[in-house]
Amino acid sequence: MTNVIAFVLMGIGMAFNFFGCLGLIRFPDVYNRLQAGTKCVTLGTIFVLAGTAVFFGFTGTSSRAILCLVFILITSPTAAHAVSRGAHRAGVALWKKSVVDQYKKDKEGEKG
Amino acid sequence: MLRRVATFLFAAATWYLITWPYDFATGEFNIEISAAGLVVALIASIILGRVFAPVKHAHNILYRLFWAVLYLPILFFYIIIANLDVLYRIIHPKRPINPGIVKVKTSLKSASARTALANSITLTPGTLTVDMKENGVMYIHCINVHTEDLKQATQKITVRFEKILAKVFD
Repeated sequence: MTNVIAFVLMGIGMAFNFFGCLGLIRFPDVYNRLQAGTKCVTLGTIFVLAGTAVFFGFTGTSSRAILCLVFILITSPTAAHAVSRGAHRAGVALWKKSVVDQYKKDKEGEKG
Repeated sequence: MLRRVATFLFAAATWYLITWPYDFATGEFNIEISAAGLVVALIASIILGRVFAPVKHAHNILYRLFWAVLYLPILFFYIIIANLDVLYRIIHPKRPINPGIVKVKTSLKSASARTALANSITLTPGTLTVDMKENGVMYIHCINVHTEDLKQATQKITVRFEKILAKVFD
């Protein structure tokens, strides 16, 4: 029974990872790709690690998997934030059909 | 001192989770690894005690912990919603996205609360924190922009986390 739960969790996780990678290809610019990259891949990896923890039960492997899960939950959004901020400061433009860019507007206001 | 103790406990807990010296199936206890963990945690807490865990968060710890535990399922629920939303946009053939960077203003004061808020926003529905200013203004990349107005965007994006995070951190 625990095996079935573990495999279901891992399957869901891998599906999310797959669609996250698909989003990386399909979305048009850096920022949208980061959205797919952080959200889907984070959740997918969390599900895979949770499945691993369930599969191995109350052992050292599970404790490591849960620790990895916590660290991924903390570091992944931080990394996405750093990449997006760096990209914007380096002048990477938003997709041409983007609606609004108040960050750019405010930065230009500070300069002039 | 309190910070050093907190760092020591955190480091020791991390060490025991990684090494897991007690085998529940056979009942074996690896005493060398446990002792080494205590020594390493002691060194880490002496060196790094100052940079870890601001002391102003030390009071009222059970109250904070209670809200932190309550925060996790709410966050997880929004993460699932966010993923289904992004998933829909990825597999829809017309790719229905409407991206842009909007401004919101948070009422949270402390640095750790703002960090938690920024990370929560990044993990949840179609939003990604790009930058934050000293006065609490955050720039958020939305995959689907509903409104460009600062107040409405704040209402929509940050308020649902702010109430609980204010209880946990501020």
